[in-house]
This record gives sequence, C-alpha cells and structure tokens, in this order.
Amino acid sequence: MFAVLRDLIRYNAEFAIGLVLVLSIIIFAMLSVFNPVDARLIFTTIPDQPPSAEFWFGTNSRGQDMFWQLSEAFRNSLMFGLTVAVISRILSISVGLLSGYIGGWTDRILMFINDIFVAIPIFPVLVLFYFVLRSDMNAVTLAFIMACLGWPYDARLIRSVALGLKHREFTRHAVFAGMSTRKILLEEHLPFVMPIVFSTFMNNMLWSIGLEVTLAVLGLTDINTPTIGTVLYWANSHSAMVVGVWWWIVIPVVLTALTFLGMFLLAVSTNEYIDPRSRLRRMGV
Amino acid sequence: MKSYFWFVAKRAVLLVAVIFFGVSATFFITHLSPISPVETALGRIMNQSSFSPDAIEEMRRVLTDLYGTDRPLLQQYLTFWQKLAAGDLGPSLIAFPTPAMTLVMQALPWTVVLLLVSTMITFAIGNLMGAMAGYFQDNIALKAFGVVAVVLQPIPYYVVAFVLLILFGFVWPVLPISGGYAMDVAPGFTLSFVQSVLMHAILPAASLVLVGFGSWFLGMRALVSTVVTEDFVTYAELAGVRNSTIMGGYVIRNALIPQVTGLAMSLGAVFSGTIITEQVFNYPGLGSLLIDAVFGGDYALVLAVSTISIAAVGIAIFIVDLLYPLIDPRVKAE
Repeated sequence: MFAVLRDLIRYNAEFAIGLVLVLSIIIFAMLSVFNPVDARLIFTTIPDQPPSAEFWFGTNSRGQDMFWQLSEAFRNSLMFGLTVAVISRILSISVGLLSGYIGGWTDRILMFINDIFVAIPIFPVLVLFYFVLRSDMNAVTLAFIMACLGWPYDARLIRSVALGLKHREFTRHAVFAGMSTRKILLEEHLPFVMPIVFSTFMNNMLWSIGLEVTLAVLGLTDINTPTIGTVLYWANSHSAMVVGVWWWIVIPVVLTALTFLGMFLLAVSTNEYIDPRSRLRRMGV
Repeated sequence: MKSYFWFVAKRAVLLVAVIFFGVSATFFITHLSPISPVETALGRIMNQSSFSPDAIEEMRRVLTDLYGTDRPLLQQYLTFWQKLAAGDLGPSLIAFPTPAMTLVMQALPWTVVLLLVSTMITFAIGNLMGAMAGYFQDNIALKAFGVVAVVLQPIPYYVVAFVLLILFGFVWPVLPISGGYAMDVAPGFTLSFVQSVLMHAILPAASLVLVGFGSWFLGMRALVSTVVTEDFVTYAELAGVRNSTIMGGYVIRNALIPQVTGLAMSLGAVFSGTIITEQVFNYPGLGSLLIDAVFGGDYALVLAVSTISIAAVGIAIFIVDLLYPLIDPRVKAE
C-alpha cells in the first residue's frame, strides 16, 4: 500500500498535485475546530471588510468572518461528500459483486433495476424531495437520498470486473475448498475491485458535492448551515459581485475549483494506475 | 435482423419500465407532501380579491373535486395515469387555471433546443480535439488544451455560468444575459425573432459547452491513446495507410463506442445542468418552470415537469441505445 503510494507520488505528477491540493483543503477544513464563533450566527464582526491581516478572507455583508465561514463550509461539504460516497460505495460494491458472481436471474433483475436508476434524471428527483420535505431537508437526509441515487454506474463497473474474476482459477479453488459465497466475495474478490472503488469514490464525492452546490445555490437545501453551496447562495442573494464585495464570490469559487481539481486529479491518476497499459507508457517502456 | 428486433424489444421494455417507475415515484413523492394543493390554490385566489365565506366553501368543494384529494391514494393514482394518457395533468396553481401541461409544452422546446445544440457541439468538439490530442501526443498546443480541459472539467456548472454572466453582463456587455428573446420582438417566425433567440441562446449554450467538453476531451484522449497501441493500428501504419485514414477510420471509430454510451449516461446530468443555466440566465425553459413551481408550492406543475423530464431523458437514452449496434460492429445487438 505504502509502496504504491510512494510510486504514484514519484512517477505521477497529477497524483502528487492532487494529493497536495486535497490535503491542504482538508487541513483548512479541519481548522474550523478552532472557530471562535458559531458559524450559523450572523453579524458577529464588521461587515464588508476586504481581505486584510485581521480578516484573511475578508468579511461578508452578513457580518461573518469569511475565513472561518469557509473553513466550516468546506468541512461540512467534505463530510457530506464523504457520507454519500461511503453509503453509495456499499451499495455499488454489493450489487456489482453479487450481480457479477451469481449471474443468472439475480444478475438480470439487479441490472434491470440498475438500468432504471441510470435513466432517471436525478436533479428533478432531488428537487422533488426538497418540495416534499422543505424544512426537514437537512444534510443527512440529502446525503442519504443522493447515496441511493449515486450507485448504479459504478455498480456496473464493478460487475464487469467481477464477471472476469468469476472464471479465474483461484475462484474455482475457493469454491472447491468449500468457501461460502459471502466469503468468496468479501475475501477473494473485494481486494481486486478496491482500486476501482477508490477512484469511483473520488468521482462520487465530486459528483455529490457538485450537486449539493447546485441545489444550495438555488436555495433548495438548509441555507443556514454553511456549505460551499450556501456560501455562494448568500453571496448571490446579496448581489456580492454587483455591490463590489468581490472576495465573497471569488475566494470560495477559487477554493472550490482547487478542491474539485485536486479530487479530480486523484481520481484520474488512480484510474490510470489501474490500467496497466497507460502505466507502461508513462514509464517509457 | 431478428436479433436486432429482440434488442429493440428489450430496450423498449426498459424504456417503459423507466417511465412507469419514475413517474410512479414522482406521483407518490409529491402526494406524501404536506402541502395541500387545494389550500394553496385557495390562498392564492383569496389574495387577489375578497370572497364571502360561502363562496370560499364552494370554491374549496370545486377544487377538491378537481384535484380529487378526498379520494383514496390508490384511486388518485389510477386517475392520474388515466388523465396523463389524455395529456392532462390538472391546472397549474401559479398560473391558475392554465393547465400544467400547456405551461410545460411552452417551456419544453426551449430546453430541448438548448440541450440538443449544446450537447452536440460539446460532443463534437470534445471528441474531435480529444482524439487529436490522443493521436498526436507531442503536440504542444494540444497539450496546453488538455491542461485547460483538466482545470475546467471539475468546476460546477453554476460557477462557469456565473463567471460568464459577470464577464458579458458587467465587464463587457455585448450579449443579452437574461431571457429567451428580446421584449420588443414579437414571437413568430420572423428574421428578427430568430436572430434575437439565437443571441439570447449564446451565453447559456456557451456555459454548457465550456463545462461539458472537458470530460469528452479527457475521455476520448485516454481512449485513443490506448487504441493507438493496438496491433491493428501498428499493422496499418506498417502497411502505409494514410495517417488521416488511420485516425478517422480505425482509431476514432473504435474509441467512439464507449463515448456513445457515455452520451446516454450524460444526458441526465446535462439536464440538471440546464436547470441551473436556465435559472442563472433566466431562460424560459423547463428548469426555470420547475424552480418557479417548487417555490410557488405548485403541486401539479412540479409533477408535470418531473414526468416530462423523466420521459424525455428515458426516450433520449433509448434512442442512443438503438444507435449503438449501428456504430459498433462488434456489438451483435444481443
């Protein structure tokens, strides 16, 4: 594991850049532990101050220190993405492995359900849930709903790998050795799909955070909890750009872009690492 | 030919299932809502003028009858399908008593055209540039293009739309930033109207293209760079086949296949992108309608927009799936 990481950092610039970006953002988000004030409160400091030594990222028109506000926002958004990714990974791994290994009618039925989920447009469904839940729509509920919608594509990917594993020698050995299906899937097949799980994990986090930003910007989430999306929502509703409070928009946008870039690079480079041909080309063989 | 028929039949079953389950889910989700369409409608009507208590009671009775909210859920569900088959989804609340279906039908062409045009441009630019970048791996300009794509690709739709809005709305105001056509032009098939529509579509479409092309570009570049190492490409090169023929006929044709699947998959995502785009640029499409409906508590209209979008995305995926075996000679339309 560590050897793999070391090689990736040494030979893959994309991975190294991505790792640095993501780690910096995580540290920045973790600083929110030291936030002196409750991030939900407004008018805790002088409004509309440009970035300075005292207020590193300035303050917004609601009288919040943008440094702490953004730190809190990134923590919440990252936690949100993490929750969605973990739950939907569990779904996609179980469906993918079961479908690929057992095959037959189990496979057909699972993939039929899968196809339906792939085809349903997610955004209108999420808006629908907001419409129904309104004030009860908190981050946990939203994360759960998104996790239920975000697994099908990756389940197909995992299934395609599982299909190949099924006919490999060691699977047959395990069957003859009397291993149960559960054991074969968890102990024999799961390690082979872990690299895919990691790269789709990143993609899924990107997807869910992006979707949360989208919903929040339209005002379709709990707008009082700071997240990347709600920071932009408030900036937009106070017309920050037009009034001249540019740092309220520009700083979160730049930080968001860096975060997304970092996670995207991690996902892409691990994805390439999985494909041995592109790895060989990189090494110049 | 027989196998192609079975392939189509299977896909058609899936299409029907998607629409059936999707629409059923939207129906039940909206009907779990604590918002009563009757009370919302009454509140809206009473805001506009005053009525006697008797008249209100009468209206409540009429509206309850109209929405059928007093009947059991299952019966409402069956009536819903019956009415849907006749193209009737009940009256909208925010534009009472205009039928929700009429509003949807007015908004649908805007979204469909915006989506079609931007998706086609995105797909074409992204794949062509990506294929070139994958084939000519040492070209500096294409490499630089790749860096731009990597940086642009993960940025949320909203951010790009907003940056365009600031650039062309305030910094360099040359393009209209709001609406579908200019207010002083009468809708109709006239030159000035078409011109106005096109001008208003440039920014929304540009934001969609900017965000979308990156993933096509990167995907195609990765695909092409694996295809060029395949034996048949090496043979063709050794046999002296022209470079353009190898790229067009051999490489792109083979690499395009997964991309076409991606096209089907991305349609749902692009749809959500247009909702933001429409909201930011105030474009009169389905997305703006959906958001207005949600904030207006318009039960019938939310249901109508969701139903139509599920059906539209489902049909689009169906069509892409049907084209699939025609592009890929290896897929024998199982």
